[in-house]
Amino acid sequence: MKQSLGNTGLVLQERLLWEKGRKGRSGFSFPKQDVPSAVLSSEWTGPGPDFPDLSEVEVVRHYTRLSTWNFSVDNGMYPLGSCTMKYNPKINEKEAGLSGFQNAHPLLPSRLNQGALQLIYELEQFLTAITGLDAVSVQPTAGAHGELAGMLLMYAYHKSLGSRRTKIIVPDTAHGTNPASAALCGYRPVPVKSNEQGILSVESIAQAMDEETAGIMVTNPNTLGLFEENLKQISEIVHAKGGLVYGDGANMNAIMGIVDTGKIGVDIMHLNLHKTFATPHGGGGPGSGPVCVRKQLEPFLPVPRVIKKDGQYVLSEDFPQSIGKLHAFYGNFGVMIKAYSYIRSMGAAGLKKASQLAVLNANYVKERLKDVFHLPYDRPCMHECVFTDKVQQANKIATLDMAKRLMDYGFHPPTIYFPLVVSGAIMIEPTETECKEDLDHFIEALRAISKEAEENPDLLRQAPFSCKVKRLDETAAARQPCLAG
Amino acid sequence: MKELNELHLPDDIRYTDDHEWAKKSGDTVKIGISDYAQDQLGDIVYVELPQVGASFDQKQQCGTIESVKAVSEMYMPLGGEVIAVNPELEGAPELLNKDPYGKGWMFEVKPAKVAEYDQLMDKKAYLEMLKGLK
Repeated sequence: MKQSLGNTGLVLQERLLWEKGRKGRSGFSFPKQDVPSAVLSSEWTGPGPDFPDLSEVEVVRHYTRLSTWNFSVDNGMYPLGSCTMKYNPKINEKEAGLSGFQNAHPLLPSRLNQGALQLIYELEQFLTAITGLDAVSVQPTAGAHGELAGMLLMYAYHKSLGSRRTKIIVPDTAHGTNPASAALCGYRPVPVKSNEQGILSVESIAQAMDEETAGIMVTNPNTLGLFEENLKQISEIVHAKGGLVYGDGANMNAIMGIVDTGKIGVDIMHLNLHKTFATPHGGGGPGSGPVCVRKQLEPFLPVPRVIKKDGQYVLSEDFPQSIGKLHAFYGNFGVMIKAYSYIRSMGAAGLKKASQLAVLNANYVKERLKDVFHLPYDRPCMHECVFTDKVQQANKIATLDMAKRLMDYGFHPPTIYFPLVVSGAIMIEPTETECKEDLDHFIEALRAISKEAEENPDLLRQAPFSCKVKRLDETAAARQPCLAG
Repeated sequence: MKELNELHLPDDIRYTDDHEWAKKSGDTVKIGISDYAQDQLGDIVYVELPQVGASFDQKQQCGTIESVKAVSEMYMPLGGEVIAVNPELEGAPELLNKDPYGKGWMFEVKPAKVAEYDQLMDKKAYLEMLKGLK
């Protein structure tokens, strides 16, 4: 193996802000008071928040030091399965920082905000083209928020037909948030097992689907990284019983420009701009989970919606069947700008290529590691592959130990113990933005770890060694959480 | 993790394919998770139990178990009404790891159909199923 990325170096300690500073210290000078003093009503006054008194340099050093403890896509490979931690091009930040966008007030009248409204309108158009569906709302601000929007749309649709259904089918390979979103909307999630190939069988859905069931929530590709090959037939069964098909599009990164979701029967789908469309996430920025629908569901989309009227973009609330408002103003606009910038800079051919490379990279990792790690579903995968710790269990080495050890080699660990259908799962999503040399480096690190599992298992049980904090007691942290400094 | 021959699987209780156990005494049935389940889940840090008085169908989700690895669903091994829950678990979820068949019991049910209990797996059938999983 080449020299390990993981190294040790001087890591500076840093205290909490409340342990720093001194009373009266300040980072700026207050301007001279130029209005007369007035007494505030007592109901507006109080002790005030407990903010530490700090100088500018103390604040800057505090956050700069903390940032050196972090690991991000800008430092290295982050193969966190199902999270699509692809590189986020910096041009997107530049576009989002344009003063016209950055300084726009959300309450500006439409005529003074045409650029921002046009961007929302066009982004929605792009997303219809990418999904093959007919209409989009970019208002939901996270994947699970998009799912909730989808469930509310499903409810509104059935209600408009005078029907009240109580159940939603959720396969065991769906994203973990799916049953929660269904339950939050008052539906009862009905779990359905995937077949021995790791996908849904037509028969199991035919058996589960009835006229009490509002629809099905399918993650495609599913959390095993496998394409739901029977989805078209499954959609036909669900539609025949009057139900709707919800597609969790969080794994859209595998199929952009390749699969027309509308044609395989999906009626509602959310996308994650913060995954597929390269906007920062995981502490790096808020999310955005646009919900895309087929024509017959368009009247129910959240308001306000951006429409085009007499050549002008305007915000309209005139959708009497709408499920209403889901977020303050219009959603996370900054995220929309970055996703818009990404789509425009990639173009249709570029997005398709991104998906092809995401799938190629995952299959490359899978093929190069399957002789040392157990691969429960040995078939072509999409954008991610799932291994287990079955081979290493012979030496009582668990997935967790290997994930911890990977940090010593300078990589972020993959997603572990998910999906739940695979015991000891190691879920790797390399994304399209890793080059072959980096993939090879990652593969060599995991191969070295599998060797260590045989030759020196205790090393793995104590890992990591090079990180700022070593093996944490996760159980104590969860059972007796310390949530304040 | 434990090998099959290291698992503690009592003879006098029934098992489900969701790795829960059920033990009948009189008219009621106590429910918990198997040694295999607690071993696979790892350290359990939070348990959300059903409410006393609530009724569920067999296989219906009735609570959640959170370990350091994952959040898993709890299913009803047999349909019926929940008549008691283990009050210790809220403050001491580790009982599920330490004593899954004793102090780590989860809740007690008055079954709607006793036949559902009789159809659950015995130790031999459960062990066969686990062999298939390994």
